[in-house]
Amino acid sequence: MKFMTQTLQLILINLKSVPSRWGATLVIVVGLAGVVGVVTALQSMSAGMVATLRSTGSPNRAIVLKGGSNSELSSFITRDQAVVIEQAEGVAKGEDGRALASGELILIAERPLRRSKTDSNVSMRGVGAAGFAMRPEVKIVDGRPFKPGLQEIVVGVKALEQFVGLEVGSTVQIRGSQWAVVGTFSSNGDAHESEVWVDIGTAQSAFRRNGYSSMLVQLQEPTAFDAFKDSLTADPRLQVDVLNEIEYFSAQSRSFTRIIGVLVTVVGIIMGLGAVFAALNTMYSAVAARTVEIATLRALGFGGSVVILATIAEAMTLALLGGAIGGLGAYAFFNGYTVSTLGAGFTQVAFSFRVTPGLLITGMVLSLFVGFLGGFFPALRAARMQIAVALRAA
Amino acid sequence: MSPLVSIRGVSKRYTRGKQTVEVLRKLDLDIASGDFLALMGPSGSGKTTLLNLIGGLDQPSDGEIRVNDKRIDQLSSNALAKWRARHVGFIFQFYNLLPVLSAEANVELPLLLTDLSKAQRKKAVAAALAVVGLSERATHKPNELSGGQQQRVAIARALVADPTLLVCDEPTGDLDRKTADEVLTLLQDLNRNYGKTIIMVTHDAKAAEFATHRLHMDKGALAGEAP
Repeated sequence: MKFMTQTLQLILINLKSVPSRWGATLVIVVGLAGVVGVVTALQSMSAGMVATLRSTGSPNRAIVLKGGSNSELSSFITRDQAVVIEQAEGVAKGEDGRALASGELILIAERPLRRSKTDSNVSMRGVGAAGFAMRPEVKIVDGRPFKPGLQEIVVGVKALEQFVGLEVGSTVQIRGSQWAVVGTFSSNGDAHESEVWVDIGTAQSAFRRNGYSSMLVQLQEPTAFDAFKDSLTADPRLQVDVLNEIEYFSAQSRSFTRIIGVLVTVVGIIMGLGAVFAALNTMYSAVAARTVEIATLRALGFGGSVVILATIAEAMTLALLGGAIGGLGAYAFFNGYTVSTLGAGFTQVAFSFRVTPGLLITGMVLSLFVGFLGGFFPALRAARMQIAVALRAA
Repeated sequence: MSPLVSIRGVSKRYTRGKQTVEVLRKLDLDIASGDFLALMGPSGSGKTTLLNLIGGLDQPSDGEIRVNDKRIDQLSSNALAKWRARHVGFIFQFYNLLPVLSAEANVELPLLLTDLSKAQRKKAVAAALAVVGLSERATHKPNELSGGQQQRVAIARALVADPTLLVCDEPTGDLDRKTADEVLTLLQDLNRNYGKTIIMVTHDAKAAEFATHRLHMDKGALAGEAP
């Protein structure tokens, strides 16, 4: 208890002396604010992308792709195969007795981005009535749904934010033909909101496609997935990959999160090392500036371990302050900030940065770690200084 | 009656590069309880080194030092720190007050190493400040006090835990004559009326006159009683 009281008192004394050396102290605070701000912002980008893609889909739905395809864009399902898939075990039936399955076509269209005015790829999804029926999260928020047989499109709310000229009432040229924008839809913030939807039959006709990119099926219940998958993979007429819809979209974010992970690690290590050296410099300066004070306290009877703990605690407190500033800065500037990037299908996926409590805590832990490293060696020096010699520094 | 401080065959050597410098040479000294001893001598004579050894700030290369019959030359660093906290009050030339703390907080520092409650510490601090005549300045920071007042705060800090010894290294070296005399009168009062044993290093012959004994040092050895 006495040890704790001494340590606490010494920490308070150290912190009280901080205003007298703000210049040196700012190095550690600003350094850590920068590290935590950048690392948190990068991680929040990854978290936002992952959250967007992982929120896409339902455990009740399965997606069928051509065997070996990584994404819908590189997949092709023939009409004959689509019929077989509709009749597989585990597929739910609608009130009309027909299988709840939606053959869908994914195409790429080029549109100029609002931010850069340069052309970028937007996903164009051909869907039928079943596609809407199976996705209750999809809601028309402006205008109306497209009419089958007409060259009409509905635009996801994030695609509307990202691309020029997709407002309801406008006409856009896609792949040489004119399409009227008749509505805007939302989809609980998932990846579909970055897409443009069109009637499947019209798309097949306009773009001369005689099949589908994928088949989305409604399962009778989530546990029916294995039976559904087994029935398709065992069927010699098919060579397909069957994935749960959530699993499919999660997989789409893996390469992105891997790249961000590497980026965060590299940037974090480089900046973190810089911050450690800044902290070391600050704390060595602090110890040097307080040589006589520390020696006096040691002369009065304060133990070396108390001095070590108090010096480390001071460094960690300053680092924590820097980390808090960096974390809050990242939250203020980036949380909810919407951007788009190329997804797995080389199309734009819009998502919002998510500065989560977990990321803020990670930033704080990083700050404390850097503060500990930055304080440890100066603390050892402070504790090991010869009292009689140090007192003469006055 | 055994002396309060007993020094036998104490030597202190420092190594600077390949050279070994002997600062104290087989020194013997006894200091009685209640003494006010002034150690005098030219720079480099070893008086501050001897004071540091008596105060437990340093360890001798050879010989033994006993204070109150306890050998302190063989104590570990931690044990020595605890011993200093209990038995020694330090008064330095440049006061060595912590600039961020008020006078009373500076005086309280040695008490943080004791088991006293906050209320008990407060009472002891008030008493120590009263002894040095600075009750009115308790909440002032060192930079708001004159040199003499700062040294009085340092004396209060040295006194507050009621140590066995008061160890003073040039306590008036940074003060003008008048203020120095006031501080020395205070030390004399502590010695005469409170029975404090005081060991003081000084260059100043006038300061030494306030002591009950004066010893002269030269080249690491005692050169006899100073006049």
